[in-house]
Amino acid sequence: MRRLLSLCVLALTLALAAPATAVQPDEKLADPALEARARTIGKQLRCLVCQNQSIDESDAGLARDLRLLVRERLTAGASDAEVIDHVVARYGDYVLLRPPVKPATYPLWAAPVLILAGGIVVLALAWRRRRRVPDTAPLSDEERRRLDRLLEDDAP
Amino acid sequence: MRLRFLLPALLFAAVAVAFAVGLGLDPRRVPSPLIDKPAPGFALAPLLDDRPGLATADLRGQVALVNVFASWCIPCRAEHPLLMRLAETEGVTVFGINYKDKPEDARAWLAELGNPYRRIGIDRDGKAGIDWGVYGVPESFVVDAQGRIRFKWVGPMAPHILEEKILPILREVAG
Repeated sequence: MRRLLSLCVLALTLALAAPATAVQPDEKLADPALEARARTIGKQLRCLVCQNQSIDESDAGLARDLRLLVRERLTAGASDAEVIDHVVARYGDYVLLRPPVKPATYPLWAAPVLILAGGIVVLALAWRRRRRVPDTAPLSDEERRRLDRLLEDDAP
Repeated sequence: MRLRFLLPALLFAAVAVAFAVGLGLDPRRVPSPLIDKPAPGFALAPLLDDRPGLATADLRGQVALVNVFASWCIPCRAEHPLLMRLAETEGVTVFGINYKDKPEDARAWLAELGNPYRRIGIDRDGKAGIDWGVYGVPESFVVDAQGRIRFKWVGPMAPHILEEKILPILREVAG
């Protein structure tokens, strides 16, 4: 019973643990739909100060400024894509946590596929070689006679 | 037959070279999309009574180094003597953007260390900084006489950076 209770408490705690965000109450927009769009955009934009956090998660001053900028543009009626383009125009593709697919990033996107394909080729070659092992040439007459002689010698 | 043993060694060497190059790169230096583009539209109020503020139109007509600085920024202090040298010895036009700073702190800072800036604009909320793609002060931009951004340096300039990068680019842009 106690165990069940503690499990329930644990489950509840985990369920209530909201995903980390750095958005402060004073930044939030009154319109929940607009605020939700701002959050979605914020999660896609990299904070250039911390580099591996989105501006939605980062406590850096610049992240806050960018969150406010995103909300300002949205309030002004910009579409999600326009807001993202606005930030990319200033900070480059690097602010996008998901790199765009374009000639400069083809190697990046192709690498996993190419490496997987390479692995499959190596495995296929190794497998073919293993299968070839059983069909070795049968013993020649000379070898067979020698084998028989060895076996006879061993006989008691 | 020889190739079968050589191939993994070659692959290893290639990956090792790629990683060695990658480790040598500075992840803090993000290429700016603003290079060779006109400077962003902005207009900032003056910080000092005897020096004008800074706006887009002020960037036309001369080659200038636009330096983004703040009194709270420790590397800016390290960089400051080089800006003084650029302005006083090298005869470079240096403009300042005072980024997310208290104006009184910035004025005290310049009074203490000297003022290399021909014009200084106050960017209290960092909006102009965002338009310039600023993410880590100090940052310096070389802007040509047509008001186009030609080069960007993120972080404090060091003497060898000044000699090897900034001054040659300033000379080249001045043509």
